[in-house]
Amino acid sequence: MSGKSYKDIPGTYVFDAAHSCQGYELNMFMMSLIKSENRTAFKADEAGYLTQFSLTDAQTDAVLKRDWNGMLEEGGNVYYTLKLAATDGTPYEAAYAAMAGMERSKLRAMMISGGRPPEGNQYLSDWKDGKP
Amino acid sequence: MAKITAGVATSHVPLVGVAVDKGMTEEEYFSPLFEGFERSKAWIKEQDPDVVILVYNDHASAFSLELIPTFALGCAPKFSIADEGWGAREVPEVIGHPELAWHIAQSAILDEFDLTIVNKMSVDHGLTVPLSLMFGQPDAWPCPVIPLAVNVIQFPPPTGNRCFNLGKAIRRAVSSYPEDLKVVIFGTGGMSHQLQGPRNGMINKEFDKFYLDNIGPHPEKLIAIDHEKYLREAGSEGIELVMWLIMRGALGDDLEEIHRLYHVPISNTAFGHLILEDRSA
Repeated sequence: MSGKSYKDIPGTYVFDAAHSCQGYELNMFMMSLIKSENRTAFKADEAGYLTQFSLTDAQTDAVLKRDWNGMLEEGGNVYYTLKLAATDGTPYEAAYAAMAGMERSKLRAMMISGGRPPEGNQYLSDWKDGKP
Repeated sequence: MAKITAGVATSHVPLVGVAVDKGMTEEEYFSPLFEGFERSKAWIKEQDPDVVILVYNDHASAFSLELIPTFALGCAPKFSIADEGWGAREVPEVIGHPELAWHIAQSAILDEFDLTIVNKMSVDHGLTVPLSLMFGQPDAWPCPVIPLAVNVIQFPPPTGNRCFNLGKAIRRAVSSYPEDLKVVIFGTGGMSHQLQGPRNGMINKEFDKFYLDNIGPHPEKLIAIDHEKYLREAGSEGIELVMWLIMRGALGDDLEEIHRLYHVPISNTAFGHLILEDRSA
């Protein structure tokens, strides 16, 4: 894997060493939500609960705003991040749609018609201004 | 002697577990999938395996970033069902097969595959969804299951070649186990899908068809696929397909394809399923 050549895949956060180190505390916060009592405590006082973890301001902000791509940008891994969606009772599909910048119904329609095509979505140069 | 008689490949989307648990399997969205698995359920009932080795990945349920084993073999007598954020699925607990699991661990380690031995872990949808698809909703799973959890979340996952060769080591291990046991191995995850970021929803039918067509007769073509190609062409979560290569490596080369299913979409995923019987068994 010389020189992170996967960096030019558009719209994709590869959870590599740098990303994992950046997101360790953020992901461990999300992991804590697999316990019912922690979900209850988090829901009762979100900002207070987060102080147990050494999050950056940007990470805290992304969590509180439910900025799904923001969490990924700040080192979140999608499987950890989805535990926050589950805690909220947000269907995964709604979180996926938010990440894709689409209405949920539009994402579903795209999936039913075969998904986002590989053509035009494999290189950064395929996208304009970082968007499909 | 124990022997591996067949391999089952299947995707393991969490939404499938929701559909089973909430009685939604006959809905239009899900019916092509569940109707396709009727054949599979009949097949495995007839196979009546003594043990299933189930290759899957943990999705931040049993393992967090505190500990990231590349290959973790469940050697415990039983495995609890994980709470993935909305409560545990109400499915039977998973009974292990410690004698065979320990035998595989010892044999593989001496065969230079340094497996992590796990005596306590919960299992998530990666393991329970394939069981639900193949066995339906019994009061107890019909046979013991040996979980083999593979890291595919923290980059880099093991290579396809490494996975294939681990499958071969598992085959050697099983065939040296003295008791007569019929073993079926499941390789789960995939096919093309991306769950994260602005590109989520990407599906690559051509890539998936190539995979389904070649995993039986020409696995060497799939072993050659590197991580970047998976990420770029099959979506960031499509790299789970390396787990199918562990299943394939555990089979011989005289294979018969019994059943194939490919359906888009289930959630954001291209759902793929194959049954390969090993004629040399």
